[in-house]
Formats: sequence, structure tokens, C-alpha cells
Amino acid sequence: MKVSYKWLQEYLDIDINPTDLAEKIARTSVDINDVYSPSDGLKKLVVGHIESVEPHPDSDHLTLCQVDNGEETVQIVCGAPNVVAGKNVIVALPGARIGNNIKIKRSKMRGEISEGMLCALQEIGFSEKIAPKAYDEGIWFLPDDAKPGESVFPYLGMDDTIIDTDITPNRGDMFSMLGNVNDIAAFYGLKSHFKTLNVKENSTTSTADLIKVQIDDTNLAPTYKLRVINNIEIKDSPMWMQIRLWNAGIRPINNVVDVTNYILLKYGQPLHSFDYDKLPEKEIKVRFAKKDEAFTTLDEDERKLNEQDVVVTAGDKPAALAGTMGGLDTAISNETKNVALEAAIFNPTLIRKQARRHDLHSESSTRFERGINPETVETALNEAAELIAELGNGTVATGIVTGSEAAINEPKVEMKLARINHVLGTQMKMEDVTNIFDRLAFDYNVDGDTITVTVPARRWDVSIEADLLEEIARIYGYDNLPSTLPEQTSNIGALSLRQNLIRSSRHVLEGEGLNQAISYSLTTNDKAEQFQIENHGTPMLLDYPMSQDHIATRMSLISGLLNDIAYNIARKQKDVRLYEQGRIFTTDNDGIRPLEQEHIAGAMTGQLLNNNWHQENHSVDFYDLKGIVERYLENMSLSGTVTFVPSNERAELHPGRTANIKLDDQLIGFIGQVHPQIAKEYKIPETYVFELNLEAIIEAPKQGRHYDEISKYPSIKRDIALLLDDNTLNSDITAAINKKGGSYLVDVHLFDVYQGAHLPAHKKSLAYTLTYQDKNGTLTEDQVNESFDKVVSYLTAEFDTEIR
Amino acid sequence: MGLREKLDELRQQGLKDVDNSEDLDRINDIRVRLLGKKGPIKEALRGMRELSADERPKIGQFANEIRDDLTKAIDKRREELEFAKINAQLEQETIDVTLPGSEVAQGQPHVIQQIIDELVDLFVGMGYEVAVGDEVEEDHYNFEMLNLPKDHPARDMQDTFYVTPEVLMRTQTSPMQARMLEKHDFSKGPLKMISPGKVYRRDTDDATHSHQFHQVEGMVIGKHITMADLKGTLEVVAQELFGDELQVRLRPSYFPFTEPSVEADITCFNCLGKGCAICKHTGWIEVLGAGMTHPNVLKMAGIDPEVYGGFAFGLGPDRFAMLKYGVEDIRDFYQNDVRFLTQFDQKG
Ligand SMILES: [Zn+2]
Repeated sequence: MKVSYKWLQEYLDIDINPTDLAEKIARTSVDINDVYSPSDGLKKLVVGHIESVEPHPDSDHLTLCQVDNGEETVQIVCGAPNVVAGKNVIVALPGARIGNNIKIKRSKMRGEISEGMLCALQEIGFSEKIAPKAYDEGIWFLPDDAKPGESVFPYLGMDDTIIDTDITPNRGDMFSMLGNVNDIAAFYGLKSHFKTLNVKENSTTSTADLIKVQIDDTNLAPTYKLRVINNIEIKDSPMWMQIRLWNAGIRPINNVVDVTNYILLKYGQPLHSFDYDKLPEKEIKVRFAKKDEAFTTLDEDERKLNEQDVVVTAGDKPAALAGTMGGLDTAISNETKNVALEAAIFNPTLIRKQARRHDLHSESSTRFERGINPETVETALNEAAELIAELGNGTVATGIVTGSEAAINEPKVEMKLARINHVLGTQMKMEDVTNIFDRLAFDYNVDGDTITVTVPARRWDVSIEADLLEEIARIYGYDNLPSTLPEQTSNIGALSLRQNLIRSSRHVLEGEGLNQAISYSLTTNDKAEQFQIENHGTPMLLDYPMSQDHIATRMSLISGLLNDIAYNIARKQKDVRLYEQGRIFTTDNDGIRPLEQEHIAGAMTGQLLNNNWHQENHSVDFYDLKGIVERYLENMSLSGTVTFVPSNERAELHPGRTANIKLDDQLIGFIGQVHPQIAKEYKIPETYVFELNLEAIIEAPKQGRHYDEISKYPSIKRDIALLLDDNTLNSDITAAINKKGGSYLVDVHLFDVYQGAHLPAHKKSLAYTLTYQDKNGTLTEDQVNESFDKVVSYLTAEFDTEIR
Repeated sequence: MGLREKLDELRQQGLKDVDNSEDLDRINDIRVRLLGKKGPIKEALRGMRELSADERPKIGQFANEIRDDLTKAIDKRREELEFAKINAQLEQETIDVTLPGSEVAQGQPHVIQQIIDELVDLFVGMGYEVAVGDEVEEDHYNFEMLNLPKDHPARDMQDTFYVTPEVLMRTQTSPMQARMLEKHDFSKGPLKMISPGKVYRRDTDDATHSHQFHQVEGMVIGKHITMADLKGTLEVVAQELFGDELQVRLRPSYFPFTEPSVEADITCFNCLGKGCAICKHTGWIEVLGAGMTHPNVLKMAGIDPEVYGGFAFGLGPDRFAMLKYGVEDIRDFYQNDVRFLTQFDQKG
């Protein structure tokens, strides 16, 4: 709410710098958006008196005005259609700064000197939405008694300071001057001089004879009251009221509408004024709208209502969308003579949903949503009726017609002093507490160390002990609370084994050169179901997504990484090495929610190293990524055996360059080249990927940290080269060697793979070094030869091979 | 010429030859020639037989002196020559040490991960446990158990990705508060937990909005937990992340699951409180939301709010990273441009 500092000063004896006041409000009540003066950034704007107006000799729409600017009479060229001699106007002197940071200079317009500019409100910083409509096309006229040469700011209320508060949902009371005055009085310990205006019912007609109100469902309108003001004259409201409104961001319209808005600001009570004579029937009701019921609101928009909308009707015909916007047919116009004035409390939830549904968030609906002070419904109605009558020379009919009236609820809450200090960590005495409630003007009773507080209805956000503790804490001042730390517990803080393994997985892959990516978990339907380790079917879909790009929960991490690679490629980043650790979601379980699994995945494309003078570079290939995965899995110290098994059944991967990764018999992931067709769809070049199910790795038995004694005895090596069919798998050969290697074989190392000119077609050569060692003694050549020969003869028998 | 003179002449000549030798081979030759078995000194000493018994030891001693002198001179000269040879070789081996070193592939943790890990470590150090929840949650835990019944206005504020009326993408990590409250055995002492993770809101992605972001929430519930403890804890967090010369300011706020609720601001680290664009000229930057756990939240989890109480707080690592490093577009965190990712490599 835009709170006027000058208005506050009418009710409170404060003389604090508004910025300091705002800081205090922020620390004690509600947040502050901004503190500003409407005149910020403007200068040299003075009252000018137009002495004469003549047509510009060289233009059909410009005029030459002789203007007394307080110092002298000067000529100013003006283009406004409403310019007229004898009026006081806003003059921007040469050197002035007006809205949008525009500087005014002495100039010539079509050959005629212009010593400044006559301004419209919009030209000195008023928004189009706020400047009164009557002056839309022309310059603004200042009061006739304004003195030429004086600054215009005081005449327009622009010398005020506005504290723009950002009100939390609970503090609906702060949407009024009354609420602000009460709170500021409380935290500064001031006395409030808030004044209300009483109504003088100066008509012999009784309101009840003019109109009836029938509220069948008090859930819709817990309080509903009406007054009628007769024989009024519609005109502009006085300057002081217009200033109040526009400084609060509300456009002045006429004396009736302005009064309702003024009262809204002052009490936080929205009012609605109907043109009494245009009400088709003089019986007001509140009901839910009918399905597709048509209703034209004030903004001339014909709306289709639904059964959740709440309407105020005259007879059965909708006259207003309750608490949100009035109807065009019954709106106040320049011809209005009699006014029916509504003060009500509508159901906050229904108003909120209705305002949202129709995108009609107004000053009124905001207040109804946040709650209305039941204590001031009638006060506000009376003051409004009186002001309308006064400003429009009308009469107020006798009595209020009440359709419903909510009971005023003033809960009593009992608290112990020890409890207060226990929760807040303070050492207050009872008198400190009572002092706070005195300032807040809450009634209380003290009995020993117990205080019973009666919460006034104007603070409907306060109802339980915790709420009162907040009142005590904020008035006491959060700055004054001590700073301590919670009691120590006996348990040692530590990551769980699972959390530790996930963290070290990240560290290992980073150490191996992969950068951590965090991609979107929500993706397209197609991408969500790609690259699953095991087929879990289709992804979970959002009921009401925001964008087609984020509609389904991912079932693998790779699709996100490929999006990331595509993003990099599109930005000319060709060498990309990424990994991601995160959740995937599977739906083929029984629960109402999907199963979430931690996975880890990687993707690489481009050159392994940057172009480098010193190192030989090459394009990333399968074995580069496999090395990373192997190293990672070794770091995880799994007890079981990891194998890479060729797989040509994964649709998204190259059928000849893909391996399933198995831990003993369990499938825990895969590695491979992205299928060129899929790569094309993602718009990425040759890319290698892997994905592992971290859950499987977390659950798998581990060897833990261990040590093997280093043998004191020498090892003996034998090399063997095998000529094989080119589809023979290395894993089969090493398995065979290990199978027949005997107990002294400690290592089998592949040191060469050759395929090419020196070999027959469809043949390849694999060369291995076998290392033999005995932990307990020195091996003899004979022992090794014996073992080695067994391997050779087994390989010869099992594989169509030639030993070279 | 006497034996002594002969020996002395040998010495003079030998020292001269050593000094004049210019390579290691030559010096070896000299050694062999002068000091070897067939060398002139040995030869000269053969004439000792002709000397008197008391001359003999004197000449013997003199000969030994000469041998020592020559040996020393040879060793010294050899060292000099070896040193010169090595120097010559080293000079030849000189390289341009200003050429760049070999590239070492090293990946970096994501900046958001770094902030989360930093917070996790901070709280683990204070005895908190880490509770990581599911990203797909039940309405019941995401809202109802946190004092946000079906028609609560705050549900409008956080637009939600629903899957079914009962299942949604969690909008906050707070559901873990409710789940942990239900699970914790309070006979073993207070519950101290921190819950980091991804959360989702039904938002259109732009520079300042993301349908996916992160949250870190913490909660402490026990018999003797005070608002002063909350204040102290928030100060520790803010100062850990932004530096301890900054001030912390608490001000009232509103969250359905806490009462009293506060917002914690820190002095703007950019202008140190003078006011600038980053802090919207207030001198303060909002970094944390917090409060004393609402009695309804405790009651719904089956905990007596008369006996137990405590606090909860939450913060956004994405926002922290944007503030701390001046990242202007939140989408940068999730598009993973390698030029973005590799910048956050400071470990010191
Ligand atoms: Zn700043």
C-alpha cells in the first residue's frame, strides 16, 4: 500500500525522516517496496497565470500564451486544446526537469519564442492510469488562488513522501491508514489521533423504505449493509481528496467514487456505490452466479460467469461482481442523483478465486481477500455517506439497512511469562510484556505470572499463542533478541554412507575431467523415456504443464546431457565433457508416486584435449569414456565383478559400439555411442555416453579399504600374441587366460591390438603380457613355463587361433 | 741433482700439467702417468736405497706429501672439468619454460552444488542430519501437513505442477520437515535436520524465473529451542556464505508453517549498505526465510506443541549464486554451457 507520510502526520505526532520510518516499519511490521516523493527528479515547476491566449500565426493547433511566471510575463507556446486565459497552470521554466527525465529549454516553435512549457499531469510524472480523465487531452489547471512563481508541488501533493509497503498475506489490517497508524503508534509508543466523521442523517426518509436487503447465504456475505444518499450533485471532489487518491495510485473520478476510494484507504473497507435509480428492483441479494450468466462490468467487458462467482443482485439481476467490480448498468454517472452505498464483508476465498478467474485484481478484491475489520464496517459506511452528502449537497436517509452482520470475535489467549521467555529466548519481566500490549492497545489481565490477552477484532490475524508471541517479539524488536545456538546433541553430525558415496562419485568423475551439469528433470515425453537402463515403460506426465518442453519426468539422465551438448554445440563449444548426478523417475510400481532412483551419467564429444602444442590430441572415443567408467567403478571398491557385455538392442545407441555394464549378473548400466540417427535429432555430433544406476552401486557389497602385501619375490613375465578372427572378444580371451592361468598368474595385460595390412582379411592380432608371481617364494622358469604352456594349449584348442 | 730436488721438480711439472689439462681423459692420463706404479715418483723412490737411514724417512715423507699434493690437484681439476662439462650440457638442454604446460583434464562441481555442499558441511558440523526427500510428493506432505489447507491463499502464490489431485512436483523441500517429524524419536534428543534438493514451480522460464530450482531447508525441534537460537543460526549461515563483516537484520514475514515468521536480510555485499542496484537501494539483501515452527505443523505430525517447539528456515542456492557471483540469468544454471560450468574452479 502506498502510505502517505503527510496523511500519517495528521494522526500521529511524528517527525521522523520517512526513510527511517520505513526502515522501522520493515523491521517491525511489513516489508517496504520503496520510499519516494512524487516530486523526485523534477525541478523548476512553478505556478503560472495565463494572462492571454492568441493563435500561433504559423500553426492551426498551437497557441501563444502570455504567462505570469511570478517573476515576469513571458510567452509560452502551447499545444493543449483546453488552454484558456485567466487560469493558473503548471509552468516548466527553462532549465526545468519534467517527467521521463526530460529537460526543458528556451526554444522557438515555428518561429515563435517559447520560454518554457505548460504541463499536463502526465508530463510531470503522473501515470496515465492515475491522472484524472477530464484532463486527458489537456493541461492541468491549478486552483485560482495559487500564487504565480510558487512551486507547484504543494498544490499537487507532490511534496509528500510515499512509503510503499509490501504486505504479507496475514497483515490485511495494514491495507488501511487506520492499521498503519495503530502499528506505528505501537512501535514508537505514540498516541493515535485517528479521527472519524459522524454521519448527520438530514433526511426524513428512512433507508428501509427505499431499499431492502436479503442475504440468504451468510457464507457469501457475512456482513452486508446499505445506506442511501439522495439528491446529490456529481462533480469533481476537492483537491485534498484527489491528492490523497492519486498519491495512493488511485485515479480521481467524481465526488461519489472518490469518497468510496478515500474510505477504502482510510479504513481498509471497500465500498460500492450503485446509482439507486438504475437498480431494476430495490431489493439487494447476494448469491452464486448461474452457469454462463452474462454480466457486463464497469470496464464494459461482457463476462460469462460461472457457479463459483458471487454476484450482488438487484432483484435477481446481477448488479456487481461481489467485492470485485460493479456493473456497467448501475454505475455512477454524471446524471446520478441518488446513491445506494454498500459496505460488506465478502467471503475471502471466493473473492480471491473470482478475482483470479476474471483477472480482476482491484484495490477492493485485494482487501476482501486479506480480510476486513468487522469493527469499522459501519463506521466506514457512515463516514462515506456523510462525505458524499457533504460534497454533493445531498441528504442521508435515516438508518442503515443490514442484510447480515458477522459476530465480532475477540479471542482470549492465556500465556505464562515463563513460556514467552522460553520460546523467544528472552528474559522479559511481566511489565515488559504488558508494556507491549499497552502499546498495541490489546486488553489484558495479569494474574501472577499469567497474562490473558483479549485480541481486538481489528487484528484478525492474531488468534493463538504463537501469534501473540510474534506480536511480543516484533514490538520487543528482533534486534534486541539474543543470538544463541541450539543445544548440542549427542549424535555426531555426519553424512550417511549413501550420501557419502554419492558425494565421492561426483568427486571421482570431476577428477577424471567431467564437469558437473544440472539439467532439467522435466522434459518432453519422447526424451523422458529414452536411454533407460532397464525398460520401465512410459514416464510420469504432468496434469497441467506450462510448456511442451517440460511435460514428463525423465527416466534417464542422458537425454538431459544431450540437450546440454546441443546447447553447447549451438554456441560453438565443440569439446564437451559432462556428467550429471540426479534422480530418475519410474512409474511401473504400485504406489501413487513414481519410484525415484539416484543415477549418474556422463557424455563426451569433440576433442579429448584442447588443441595443444605438446600433447597428441584425438577425438573422444568409446575407450576414453570406458576408461573413465572403469576407473570410477574401481573407486567404488565393489566386491563383485564388473563386466562390459556387447549389446546391440538399445535403440538409442550404436549397435556395434555399446556395452551393458554388469555387476556379476546384475545390469547396472550401459556405455556406448549415441546412435547417429538420435544424434541427428538432438543436433549433436558423435557423442559417447554412459549411465549407471547408483542405487545398485550403493547397495552392492563393498571390499572397503584394504591392503595386499607386496611380494618380496620377483615376478616373471611372458608375452603372447594371438592371431584371431576379428569378431573375437578380448573379454573371452582374458577370461580363458585367467581360467587356465594357474595360481601364480597375477596379471593379464593387453598391450597391443593390430588389424591391417600385414594380416589376412577379417583377422586381428591381440598381444598380452602375463605376469607370474608367488607370494611365498621365488618362481622357477620351469614352473612358469608349465603354467604358460597350459594357457597356450587351451587358447589354441578353444579359439581358431595362431600363436605368434 | 739430489733425490729431493728431483722429486720437487716432478711436483712442479705435474702441477703444471694438471693445470693445463682441458679434458677429463687428459686428467686421467696424467693421474696414471704420475701416480701409477710405473710413474716417475715410484721410479724416483727406488733411489732411496742409496740414502742414509735417517735421510730415508724424511724423503719418504716428502714423497708422500708430493703424492698428496698431486692427488688433490688432480681431483680438484677433475671436479672443475666435470662441472664445466655438465654446465655445457645443461645449457644445451635449455627449454622455453614460458610455453604452457600439458593440459590436465579436471572437471568442476556445479556452482549450485558447491553452495549446497558448503551449507551441508556447515550444518553437519553443527550436528544436523541430512534428510533428502523425494521430488515427487503428495499434496498431503507438500501442503496440508505444513498448515496449508486446500483453500489457503499461499497455494495461489506457489503455482504447482500437479500430476494427480494428490500427487505433485514438490514446490519446496519442506515436506521433509513433516516426514522427519513423524519419524524422529524425540526420546533420543532434538531433531536437527537439513534438507537440500530440487523443487519445481509452474512458472515460465525467463531470466529471473525457472520452473526448476533448488532449496535448502533446515529444522530444529526439541524441548528447549528458542527464537534466539534461530537468530544465532541464521547469523552463522549468512556469515558463512557471505562473510562475517556483514550485518544480519531480521524482520517480520509470513509463512503458513511458522509463527512468528521472519525474513533475514544481510547488508548488501556490493555497496556495504549504502544502496545500489543489486539491493534496490535499500542497503539490504533478502537471503533467508525462517520462523518458529507453527503449532499446527507439530500437532499434525503428532507432536505436542506445549512440550516441543523449534524453528525452521529455508533459502535458495540459485538466488545465492546469482547474488554472490552476479549471474544475471537463472537459466544459465540449467543449460550447462561449458564456459559457465568451468569458471567455478576455485578450491582455495
Ligand atoms: Zn547494494
